[in-house]
Amino acid sequence: MDAVRKQEITLRINGIEHSREVEPRLLLVHFLRDVLGLTGTHIGCDTSSCGACTVMLDKMAVKSCTVLAVQADGAELLTIEGLAQGDRLHPLQEAFWECHGLQCGFCTPGMILSAYQLLMRNPKPSEPEIRHAIDGNLCRCTGYEHIVDSVQYAAKRMKSKAKKSRV
Amino acid sequence: MPVSKSVGARVKRREDPKLIRGLGQYVDDINLPNMLHVAILRSPYAHAQIKKLDADAARRLSGVVAVCTGPELEDKIGTLPTTADNPTLKIPAHHVLATGKVCFAGEGVAAVVAEDRYTARDALDLIQVEYETLPVVSDPEKALTPGSPVIHSEFTDNLAFSWKHEQGDVAKAFKQADKIVKQRLIHQRLAPIAIETRAVLARYLPEAKELTVWSSTQIPHILRTHLAQLLKLQENEVRVIAPDVGGGFGCKLNVYAEEALLGYLALTLNRPVKWIEERRENIRATIHGRGQVGEVEVAVKKDATILGLRYKVIADIGAYHQLFTPAIPPFTGLMLSGCYKIPAMSIEVSAAFTNKMSTDAYRGAGRPEAAYVIERIIDRVAQELKLDAVAVRRRNFPKASEFPFKTATGLAYDSGNYQLALGKALKLASYEKLRREQRKLRSRGRYLGIGLSTYVEICAMGPGFWEYGKVQLEPTGKVTVFSGASPHGQGQQTSFAQIVSDELGVALDDITVVHGDTAQVPRGMGTFGSRATAVGGIAVYHAAEQVREKAREIASHLLEVDADDLVFSDGRFSVKGVPKKALTIQQIARQAQETGDSPGKTAPGLAAEHQFEPSNFTFPFGTHICVVEIDPQTGNIAIKKYFAVDDCGKVINPLLVDGQLQGGIVQGLGQALYEGVVYDENGQLRTGSLLDYGVPKATNLPRLRLSRTETPSPVNPLGIKGIGEAGTIGSTPAIVNAVIDALAPFGVTHIDMPLTPQKIWRLCQGAKAAAAGGRK
Repeated sequence: MDAVRKQEITLRINGIEHSREVEPRLLLVHFLRDVLGLTGTHIGCDTSSCGACTVMLDKMAVKSCTVLAVQADGAELLTIEGLAQGDRLHPLQEAFWECHGLQCGFCTPGMILSAYQLLMRNPKPSEPEIRHAIDGNLCRCTGYEHIVDSVQYAAKRMKSKAKKSRV
Repeated sequence: MPVSKSVGARVKRREDPKLIRGLGQYVDDINLPNMLHVAILRSPYAHAQIKKLDADAARRLSGVVAVCTGPELEDKIGTLPTTADNPTLKIPAHHVLATGKVCFAGEGVAAVVAEDRYTARDALDLIQVEYETLPVVSDPEKALTPGSPVIHSEFTDNLAFSWKHEQGDVAKAFKQADKIVKQRLIHQRLAPIAIETRAVLARYLPEAKELTVWSSTQIPHILRTHLAQLLKLQENEVRVIAPDVGGGFGCKLNVYAEEALLGYLALTLNRPVKWIEERRENIRATIHGRGQVGEVEVAVKKDATILGLRYKVIADIGAYHQLFTPAIPPFTGLMLSGCYKIPAMSIEVSAAFTNKMSTDAYRGAGRPEAAYVIERIIDRVAQELKLDAVAVRRRNFPKASEFPFKTATGLAYDSGNYQLALGKALKLASYEKLRREQRKLRSRGRYLGIGLSTYVEICAMGPGFWEYGKVQLEPTGKVTVFSGASPHGQGQQTSFAQIVSDELGVALDDITVVHGDTAQVPRGMGTFGSRATAVGGIAVYHAAEQVREKAREIASHLLEVDADDLVFSDGRFSVKGVPKKALTIQQIARQAQETGDSPGKTAPGLAAEHQFEPSNFTFPFGTHICVVEIDPQTGNIAIKKYFAVDDCGKVINPLLVDGQLQGGIVQGLGQALYEGVVYDENGQLRTGSLLDYGVPKATNLPRLRLSRTETPSPVNPLGIKGIGEAGTIGSTPAIVNAVIDALAPFGVTHIDMPLTPQKIWRLCQGAKAAAAGGRK
């Protein structure tokens, strides 16, 4: 079998630049997990159905199992590891903790990133809007109830923070 | 008894800080130096002879280290175990990779070991296998008819086992009946679909003679025992670690081929090996739940008093047994009384081998089937006798004073108050108002349905099953708790800390709970059957009690008073009447370490361990009420409202209990409306990915209105019943009963699950709508 020609890619992930040589067929999620050791993003299926692999790519939530690493060359990514600022959790993380929005935790990073995109675009989502936004994220443990609570809680917290910073 | 401060409180989980940061350590997050990756070639056929297998091209692929097949492993790895306490049980040899023939589509045929994941997968494509297909046995009823092809030639038929139970004069009950109501019921196969698929990492350290297996498992200790046997090692040469586990629901309560295989590969290749299941493998080769086809008959008086019940069911086993496969259908039989006094019962289970993946424990494990049967037939009785569904149930409930309630299946329900839960649920749902609304909407051609489920379930095993707990008060005054339970989302790192905090007066943040590692926890059974808190928590509770009493002995020595003259409160032992003469438990811990003081009869060290074996199972119960609206034009089912009143005895952490109920209810809803593993007549999986297998999503789900009653269990000192599976058991019948209730004007008396829009639409098209307001 002929050797596969690797390609050099450069990505900025959680504010840090990484350059690596990868096979063109390498999935972005495998690049994050296996090449860079960022194992917070998880794999739960093989048909882009579960959303456990959701990350932000150039300010858009994508399922990283359905993006090739080479497609993300030059992009800016946010993964679950980049949400907290040192010891300070992101309001979404605090909300999931406060509202018991996770049980086994496996779907959680992807769920939080989908919610992150929602609140970025729609800071005051209704409950149907929240449920629609996480329609691409499967959770088998929670029944989604406390996840919806968590997103509502985070929205309130972020709104009051925004108010405070405007004063 | 210390005043409860922590138990019962809504405490945020100790598990969460790392998980919300993406710092969990699931098996695939663990990477060891020099690690190899394993991929499994699986049979595309449901039943076939393997005529030829050529792996040469695969072996030659750069990066491939080894390829192995069934015949090479036959005398190296034992056959996979199953529970075997049924004398009729037939156990076909279940090898880790197929030897000679394959018996289900998805059965492993070869394993490739390579330097990286992608190369391992590439190599699978280079293995050439020649199969000769054999007749497929796909339908469990057909499997047991004479003349069916026999899957395992060492037996004469496909009957895997039979299980019977009869008590009371059943024939007389049916003779005396005013009415006999019959119903055929199908429980479709379900795929558990934990979001983390199965995963195994194995490493052998020859100098230490230690094989470590990390597995996404619910039963690290039981797995360790079996792996040692399968790999012909001493038990103390095997260490099993369940790191963070992304959900189990019963599908990881097992000993799987891949676990033994990876252990063997680590031993022989001397490099760590990892296998991560892909989702399509998971739906094929991880156990399925349910899979029963049965007919129930109930004999009733015209006032709906139940005189007797008969149930004949065929359980679809699959091609092989997995660990608890034969134990599941009998659980259905045991719980067929439901919440009712049924003096005469006859149950017959026949289990059939089929060319499919094995069935085994999945959230509820036999009890959802029982609750579904009894709650459907009770509704059918109400229908046939033209009586109210609530009244029919009430008529047959035992009184709260009649507990322990003995059933004709040989069980003694520990405690219960079904009237209370039902009354509370009816009030919560404003039931009468709902019925009025239903009548009004029917007159306008809209179809609202109200479904009830009054359920009871059996859990927290139980006699013959125990759990281990150890509590250690460190010299620093912090506490380490060791448990044989193996949580995978249930939150025992929090709830056990709450229990110990109350017993020892130590702050929650100073308590660490350790589980899931056979090297750190000497023995255990694991987390399954809603037992972690009801059994594991009690072991921890007793151990904490013992630590407190040891501390008391030391305090009495240090303070020079009799132990009886000490009062314990808020983590302090003080002398009666002289409150300033006191020692905190932390001071006692430090003193005990510094002086090495071992006064009198106290054993050294402030630690105690306890193994708790309950004298009975526990029986959580409740009432669920579901309100749906059907659109006959599209068949669409909208769940408008959902109410649940559940009783799990004492609640340690209400947040965790709510979480278990919500998740459980939605899984039950999934069975009722969306899910079903479908094999065609060739044993081909039609629902092989998440595109076809309908796991419930966030949209289309209602808010769940939860409430509780608290009827303590007499089985353990904290009164805990357990709650992990109750939601799933109670919900499925409520939803199905609601849909059928909605379609009563169309003359519908039963529909089999899943209740898809297509089924509903067909029924509405094919039936004539009754006149508006026809049914009360």
